[in-house]
Amino acid sequence: MMHLLADSSGLWNTLGSDLTIDLHIGEGFTAIVNFMQAHFDLFFTIVAAIISFVADHLTTFFNWLPAPVIFIALALLALWRVSWQFALFVLVALYVVIGMDLWPETMDTLGLVLAATLAALGVGLPLGVLMAKSDAVRAVARPILDFMQTLPAFVYLIPAVIFFGTGRVPGVIATVIFSMPPAVRLMNIGIRHVPVENVEAGKAFGCNGLQLLWRVELPLALPSIMAGINQTIMLALSMVVIASMIGAGGLGDPVLAGIQQLRLGIGFQGGLGVVILAIILDRLTQSFGDRKRGDGLFTRLKALFTRSASDDGNTHSKKAA
Amino acid sequence: MTTKLSVKNVYKVFGPDPKDAMKRVKRGETKDQIFAETGATVGVSDASFDIHSGEIFVIMGLSGSGKSTMVRMLNRLIDPTSGSVSIDGQDITQMTRHELIELRRRDISMVFQSFALMPHQTVLENTAFGLAAAGVARGEREQRAQAALESVGLGANSNSFPDELSGGMKQRVGLARALAVDPGILLMDEAFSALDPLIRTEMQDELLRLQSEHTRTVVFITHDLDEAMRVGDRIAIMQSGRVVQVGTPEEIVRSPANDYVRSFFRDVNVSHVFTAGDVARRDQVTVIERAGVSVRAALELLKRYDRPAGVVHDRDRKYLGTVSVDSLLGCVKGLGRRDEGKIEAAFLHDVPVIDKSTPLNDLLEPVAESPYPVPVVDENGRYCGTISRAILLLTLNRSEEEAA
Repeated sequence: MMHLLADSSGLWNTLGSDLTIDLHIGEGFTAIVNFMQAHFDLFFTIVAAIISFVADHLTTFFNWLPAPVIFIALALLALWRVSWQFALFVLVALYVVIGMDLWPETMDTLGLVLAATLAALGVGLPLGVLMAKSDAVRAVARPILDFMQTLPAFVYLIPAVIFFGTGRVPGVIATVIFSMPPAVRLMNIGIRHVPVENVEAGKAFGCNGLQLLWRVELPLALPSIMAGINQTIMLALSMVVIASMIGAGGLGDPVLAGIQQLRLGIGFQGGLGVVILAIILDRLTQSFGDRKRGDGLFTRLKALFTRSASDDGNTHSKKAA
Repeated sequence: MTTKLSVKNVYKVFGPDPKDAMKRVKRGETKDQIFAETGATVGVSDASFDIHSGEIFVIMGLSGSGKSTMVRMLNRLIDPTSGSVSIDGQDITQMTRHELIELRRRDISMVFQSFALMPHQTVLENTAFGLAAAGVARGEREQRAQAALESVGLGANSNSFPDELSGGMKQRVGLARALAVDPGILLMDEAFSALDPLIRTEMQDELLRLQSEHTRTVVFITHDLDEAMRVGDRIAIMQSGRVVQVGTPEEIVRSPANDYVRSFFRDVNVSHVFTAGDVARRDQVTVIERAGVSVRAALELLKRYDRPAGVVHDRDRKYLGTVSVDSLLGCVKGLGRRDEGKIEAAFLHDVPVIDKSTPLNDLLEPVAESPYPVPVVDENGRYCGTISRAILLLTLNRSEEEAA
């Protein structure tokens, strides 16, 4: 028996060496990256300059703003778009961040997420429009988007480091690539699902292509577009944390430190900071996707202060509507 | 009567190779044959008709008959595969994109089955949609939109959003949006089909009222013959891509081109298609009043034909009255042997006189209540015939008989 087994494994080895063909995919990819690095140097320098300009200024700005200003701004936004309960949650959550002594890291992450999101949307949304308008573009873009979304997040870090070194810039760029697909996809779906008769109405009343997009398709696709933006922000947040491995900084640092030094407390605090930021960003961006026409900020503030129980205010405004 | 819109030999083929399919159509292959061999669908086949300025032209057919495709070729939301569509003598199939957009902004607008309002815009903004696309300044377009809203009775709702309105109100906004650009041609694609019957009738009346205030050329698509008969000045009936008959509602009801057209009348309510003049019969015994026609002579006449009543008119056929055997006998009793008597004395007072343009709807009561056939007169008071209960019932029942 043993003899047989040894025999067959020997046979497999002999066969294997003949049948297995190495496609050299890894080497090919390396070659492409090397080629790009050698010949598109100027391009990468410009991209890096733009990204670092935006990301640096955003993070510096958030860190420069006094914490109370951010407290008030986010709480007002929460009150306007969501509810007074959520505004209260925002205040408590931000206080917890201060209490964990993670304020600068949180502001860094916020800046990086916003920079990456802006870049991802700047490329992704127009691409989504093209994809909706042209079946050819869609046929090409679809597999690329699948690839971008399923490739493990860590893998983005390697070429990013090769092209841009370590630090904020490669972190943001890897984040942009990782977080862009939902914005493209949901823009495409949103536009394609605008009811036919609405599009026909736009055309029948003399809209040209741009007017049709601006007056009919984008407004009717808005909930889908906002869902895409929301997902992009969420993916950006998760990737920014991973990008701390290549020195992007922010809330990923305490998490990484927690892993490397097995310091549970530090790691948990970093994780909690990410969760808080995620909840705030998620609820706020989601609220812009609702088509409901809420009361203005002033009405809400007034309701909050003129009635001690603002539930009364809510039911009142519902009845009026 | 000038021609506003002229459709000539229009074809529309959907599918992979319309040109090849067109060749097959010209060769005389059938729609099913072409679909089986090429996968192409012939949506509209050799459609030709003229639409007159100021009429409501109804295109009617079952679903799949090509009527929605047809109406979309009138403003080129769908491009015809072959043939021409002319508006005021100008062939729109030859227009450039720019000319087409200009045409849609100025001269032709559309009302949709699902209303197709923009949910993010207020009623006023929705109404001003066409004007905004044309670049009309805000002040002017809001003023014109408000006027259009008032004309459909929604002046007070301009700041509402579409989701706050009922179906009927939404379609009023759709109508106002189409009217705001003051188009020469209004296309209505099953505009009232999504509304419940009561609101639908109300909207049909609204359309007719608007039409009486400001006459436009309206192309009205429907699958409902009742609706077609109510609003249409003329009706084109489409069957599997072909226009099988064009005519006034009466012409179509009277002489349907084929069984398909006839099949529409299975459920149709003919009572508002026909008027008294259409069903009045001339088989009553008539007495012509002249010197020498005595009450006795009239009585003799009725007895000879065994009729209970007769109509009296003068030499110009001007209706004078109805007499019955009983009323004549009553007169004769009071006469001396040599007395001729006046026939007017025998006229019945409980027989109404009906104008020939009265719709059948309004005839039921007078005909039912009158003891004798009801006389019908034209606008000059001339006798056209009478309607008996039996004739009226037969007419109302006619649709079922014909369908059976």
